[in-house]
Amino acid sequence: MSGPSTYQPTNPALQWFEKRLPIIGLIHSSFIAYPTPRNLNYWWTFGGILSFMLGVQIVTGVILAMHYTPHVDLAFTSVEGIVRDVNYGWLLRYLHSNGASMFFIAVYIHMLRGLYYGSYKAPREVLWILGVIIYLLMMATGFMGYVLPWGQMSFWGATVITNLFSAIPYVGDSIVTLLWGGYSVGNPTLNRFFSLHYLLPFVIAGVVVLHVWALHVAGQNNPAGVEPKTEKDTVPFTPYATIKDGFGMVCFMIFYAWFVFYIPNYLGDPDNYITANPGVTPAHIVPEWYYLPFYAILRSIPSKLGGVIAMFSAILVLAFLPWLDSAKTRSSKYRPLAKQFFWIFVVVAVVLGWLGAQPPEGIYVVAGRILTACYFAYFLIVLPILSRIETPRAVPNSIADDVLAKTGSLAKPMMPLIAIAVLGAMMFGGSDARAEDAHAQPTPPSLSWSFAGPLGKFDRAQLQRGYKVYKEVCSTCHSMNLMHFRNLADPGGPGFSAAQAAAVASDFKVQDGPNDAGDMFERPGRVADKFPAPFANENAARAANGGAAPPDLSLMAKARGYERGFPQFVFDAITQFQEKGPNYIAAVLTGYEDEPPKGFELPQGAYYNKFYPGHAIKMPKPLSDDQVTFDDGSPQKVADYARDVAAFLMWTAEPHLEVRKRTGLQVMVFLIVLALLLYFTKKKVWANAH
Amino acid sequence: MTTTSSAEHTRRDFLFVATGAVAAVGAAAAVWPLISQMNPDASTIAAGAPIEVDLAPIAEGQDIKVFWRGKPIYIMNRTKKQVDEARAVNVSSLPDPQTDQARTKDGHEQWLVVIGICTHLGCIPIAHEGNYDGFFCPCHGSQYDSSGRVRQGPAPLNLPIPPYAFVSDSKIKIG
Repeated sequence: MSGPSTYQPTNPALQWFEKRLPIIGLIHSSFIAYPTPRNLNYWWTFGGILSFMLGVQIVTGVILAMHYTPHVDLAFTSVEGIVRDVNYGWLLRYLHSNGASMFFIAVYIHMLRGLYYGSYKAPREVLWILGVIIYLLMMATGFMGYVLPWGQMSFWGATVITNLFSAIPYVGDSIVTLLWGGYSVGNPTLNRFFSLHYLLPFVIAGVVVLHVWALHVAGQNNPAGVEPKTEKDTVPFTPYATIKDGFGMVCFMIFYAWFVFYIPNYLGDPDNYITANPGVTPAHIVPEWYYLPFYAILRSIPSKLGGVIAMFSAILVLAFLPWLDSAKTRSSKYRPLAKQFFWIFVVVAVVLGWLGAQPPEGIYVVAGRILTACYFAYFLIVLPILSRIETPRAVPNSIADDVLAKTGSLAKPMMPLIAIAVLGAMMFGGSDARAEDAHAQPTPPSLSWSFAGPLGKFDRAQLQRGYKVYKEVCSTCHSMNLMHFRNLADPGGPGFSAAQAAAVASDFKVQDGPNDAGDMFERPGRVADKFPAPFANENAARAANGGAAPPDLSLMAKARGYERGFPQFVFDAITQFQEKGPNYIAAVLTGYEDEPPKGFELPQGAYYNKFYPGHAIKMPKPLSDDQVTFDDGSPQKVADYARDVAAFLMWTAEPHLEVRKRTGLQVMVFLIVLALLLYFTKKKVWANAH
Repeated sequence: MTTTSSAEHTRRDFLFVATGAVAAVGAAAAVWPLISQMNPDASTIAAGAPIEVDLAPIAEGQDIKVFWRGKPIYIMNRTKKQVDEARAVNVSSLPDPQTDQARTKDGHEQWLVVIGICTHLGCIPIAHEGNYDGFFCPCHGSQYDSSGRVRQGPAPLNLPIPPYAFVSDSKIKIG
């Protein structure tokens, strides 16, 4: 896109076509012959990675939309239907939900790279502003996408974020009503969010085209921050940049696959596995991690309107960066002071993110205010002053000089960022450490599970025992709406034969109808039926259980969690710890104590449980020794029942766990082989350019 | 570059081809889930299990329509006259030659079980209409006889027979 194309097709058919639509020439000049600075480091591969992620999100998103139902009564179940029943649905859904996080990780690195190397300075101001617009669109898209599964966090996130607009004087409430299409967040809201969530990625793609166009007009910036002067300063995009981007992309895919196949719920909130309930707000509302710094800024300002203005300003200030920082030297490599302040800014942003996940009380509020001030000071005070007082070091004469002066120090600029990344991970680990309340909550003990780790598999006998406990004990009060009798015979499950599953089904009475006379009737269950619920509706369940409806158990093992605290949280990502749910279930089932500790006021109709949050649980102790008879001679103590039923519930929550981990291993091996091949190919290609 | 030996060239070419091939295999494998997801999901397949239909309420000369796998299935209790007509036809004169015996179950001649979807373009023919005491498709005028065989109109084939069996004299299992 820089100047007329040098592309001259030799094939007469192509010549004919090129005269009429020079699109091949456009592609040739933009992605093949395009001169790219030869000193780009790996931070420059994130542009390609972001394009890849946009593609992944659009493809998986379009597919998910083929199976998703945007209706308040059906959205949650349809998402679970995708995960459970659609071929590879679990893969597509996890690719999409984790893909959003990967997209934001990549965009933050991309933005910080631009910040560090001064990529926003003349003549790249428009390029930078287009980037800020893309980022804003990404935030809107990510937010609306998070609403679609219609879990608790979806619903309350939608409520809180749309209420931001109510801060606008005079017209705020009308705007919020307009956004909702009703008097509260409801079906019209969900429908329009679905529509816009489908639309915005294509708007992003359009702005990306402009972004790339602007990039190819101005040319890429580079770590030295000096413009290419001669041919020696650049290499053609293909093969040099393509192979390097390809290698970077595959490395990023390995990181991505780690999340998708091994810790798919690590970045999610357990509350979003509970169906949206407009009557109950989760105890601790937190946005997705990528909004946390701005959420912290919002909460730091003790005024509703002020907070909203501060939050939006924190993003919009980025658009003014080209004029706030007027230093002539682009790259922070040659700006000793700017470099230090850059890293301080990164730390400020990361800590703000950590604060965003903390409860808004005590020291967190004070720290949030100080860091909010630091955040704005960086843009509004530090950068303008630095550009006037700082004496930069001498920049190299040309890119070629920069390359020659370098003695293999490519990794050096990465080191601080890696340190920051580790720090960041630690901080978010800390985000789990909530302020201690008066009645300390013991952490459920970590049990050893056969399904943990990269090679984990369910223990069939344990699942069968767990099923027996569920059937004889839990199912008298708890429903399991997402499970069908056929699932008992699914591969990777408790290993019933099709005939056994049919026999189990026929033991149940299922309501069907209406028949020819218009009456509902009961018939024996079939494998295609759901497990019948013990109560006709939630009110009946509530009335029969002292006012507290027993929750559905299908997703229990993913809908409950607890804080692991720092630094355990960081290690959990590496050790693939995903067993909070079963640990919690087993702990609650064994955590009953006959007498509450002294000084604990047990409410009427509640029971004391060590591990239940708040300790007062409405469910009476459900299990006792030797209550359920195991045919395989396994021990029949409460702890055994608890462990077996927790394992069973892990399977009902994640029925494709085994195939997920097995596929993960294959994908990992493949990606590592491909990454190695690309690495050596890249070395060969670049051998004569260095 | 000019000094590169041909041996190095070969090694380099091999590396390039190997990398390209592995990447291509990966891309192809990644496409598979994207296509496979379009097939019926597990709940649809489970819902397509065989169904049982009680024939007792269907009087002679009447028919009912039941749905199996989303398709309408006509179950017709044919009169003696209908059966005789169906069997009297010269089979070789039919567009899609098939005997009535081949389209019904031995010992249950009066029962005709056919998928009620016109073999022309998928409309649903109306029972007990048309010139052949069978079915008439309102869309493009195809006519089927009392054995569900096409006799007239653009439809190329007879109404298909779903897989079914008699569980007892008054009950069939479709599927």
